[in-house]
Amino acid sequence: MLGASHYSPGLVDVGFDAIVDFFYRLAEAADRLREEGLFDYQPRPLPEVLEVPERGTVRVKLGFPVYQKGGVVMDVTNTEQASIAEEAGAVAVMVLDKLPYDVRKSGGVARMADVKVIEEVMESITIPVMAKVRIGHYMEARILEEVGVDMIDESEVLTPVDEKHHINKWLFTVPFVNGARDLGEALRRITEGAAMIRTKGEAGTGNVAEAVRHMKIIMGEIRLLRSMPPEERIRKAREYGVPHQLVDLTARLGRLPVVNFAAGGIATPADAALMMWLGADGIFVGSGIFKSRDPPERAAAIVLATSMWDEPEYVVEAQRMISEQKSMMGIDIRQLKPEELLQTRGV
Amino acid sequence: MVKVGIVALQGGVAEHYHMVRLAGERSGIPAEPVIVKKPGQLEGLDAIIIPGGESTTIGVVARRVGLLEPLRDALLSGTPALGTCAGAIIMAKRVTAGSKGGQPLLGVMDVEVHRNYFGRQRESFELDLRIDFLDEKPFRGVFIRAPAFTDFWASARPAATARIDGSEVHVAAVEGGLVATSFHPELTGDTRIHEYLLRLAKR
Repeated sequence: MLGASHYSPGLVDVGFDAIVDFFYRLAEAADRLREEGLFDYQPRPLPEVLEVPERGTVRVKLGFPVYQKGGVVMDVTNTEQASIAEEAGAVAVMVLDKLPYDVRKSGGVARMADVKVIEEVMESITIPVMAKVRIGHYMEARILEEVGVDMIDESEVLTPVDEKHHINKWLFTVPFVNGARDLGEALRRITEGAAMIRTKGEAGTGNVAEAVRHMKIIMGEIRLLRSMPPEERIRKAREYGVPHQLVDLTARLGRLPVVNFAAGGIATPADAALMMWLGADGIFVGSGIFKSRDPPERAAAIVLATSMWDEPEYVVEAQRMISEQKSMMGIDIRQLKPEELLQTRGV
Repeated sequence: MVKVGIVALQGGVAEHYHMVRLAGERSGIPAEPVIVKKPGQLEGLDAIIIPGGESTTIGVVARRVGLLEPLRDALLSGTPALGTCAGAIIMAKRVTAGSKGGQPLLGVMDVEVHRNYFGRQRESFELDLRIDFLDEKPFRGVFIRAPAFTDFWASARPAATARIDGSEVHVAAVEGGLVATSFHPELTGDTRIHEYLLRLAKR
């Protein structure tokens, strides 16, 4: 029909309602497992009838990123950049203290952005505002939830505080997005309550190669699952460290059960269209816009190419809106030392 | 066969696609969802859905690809339509709390819509509603950074009201063949609103 996984027969046949129902049912099963100390993560059960508003439900948390699909989330560090992003048609902004490129250059410990800056950005624009917390940092996440950001990115771009554990995201009202390099990482994050996944790529390089690699690995592993006999999938689930029901659901859908964006090194409209073609539901652009020398034009062009990725004449139009001489220089990933890679943080 | 065009520039498109097919099966009115990204794809449609997403993004891209004017013409010429959340904002003639620079809109319904009326994502919620044009059975409203309808004139009228902390808020509107909701029927398994659209289209 329309290519890629956006309208994958799985998603269209099964539907969003059944996916939400799945997580509640899994929680019921987990109630029993929990007594045996086997399974700690789960959403709160929901009453049958709702006569007063119920917030932070699985449906509204998994639902939020559905309305980001086909769009571009842009990294910003101040209100001026946030306004440029909104004008250009971004679906959300991600507030950072430093763009990933500068995080890489400056070294040291990278932490959550200033609360004051986040609040200024929230007041200055009407689109959703996201912000990053360090992997495993419950208190940065609690602070951002209290401040009222719309989505929290538990991100490898910042310096992790917990080498072993990610945040149990079921405990929060605000939805989370997490990075992943392969299907195991993605499903572990979903098990912990992530409402959205993005590829890790290699942030701050302006080089889309790693995002391509991670997206292809995830899609390839899903294709493999679909051809496996059930007993083989149970073994796979054990290897991934996730409930086998989640592996079965992923195989049935032919895609991740939550919204899946591309991130890490996207710098041009063509990069964005490439990631959409590979099956991304949408795009995060980090340094690619505000480390270029044509941010307003580039932001609008990447929005157009992401929305119209399957209509070549519009991708050409988008690419015409920017100049390659103004693209960020970029870093060859092979030149990076293993300890300089951000993607290996938090697996 | 009722052909339902889904404006697919950004947002919850696959979810409506699923619901149109399901509504077709349940209502006995055969329905075919059609993806609409370019002006030419509006031809021969019996109904149109404008999905949720970011209203600023959908507006900006629609203007750039030249979909805004033909889409407005299609709705003004009487093609029945359903707008959910951002779709409702784009259909409204008046929008408050919009983006500072102003945002591209279709302006086809005689309603005022207040963006992000209930607050931010933290305040997003589910609530059972009664919808005027459906039967008595409650409809699960899923509100995500949702707008609300704050004024109606000409032939537009409210079609659902949410009672929240003692105050009443209008969360759906109807004007002729145009239906707009603050909430997302496509995030539930309840196809009654989509079936209503199919009946409007068949008439």
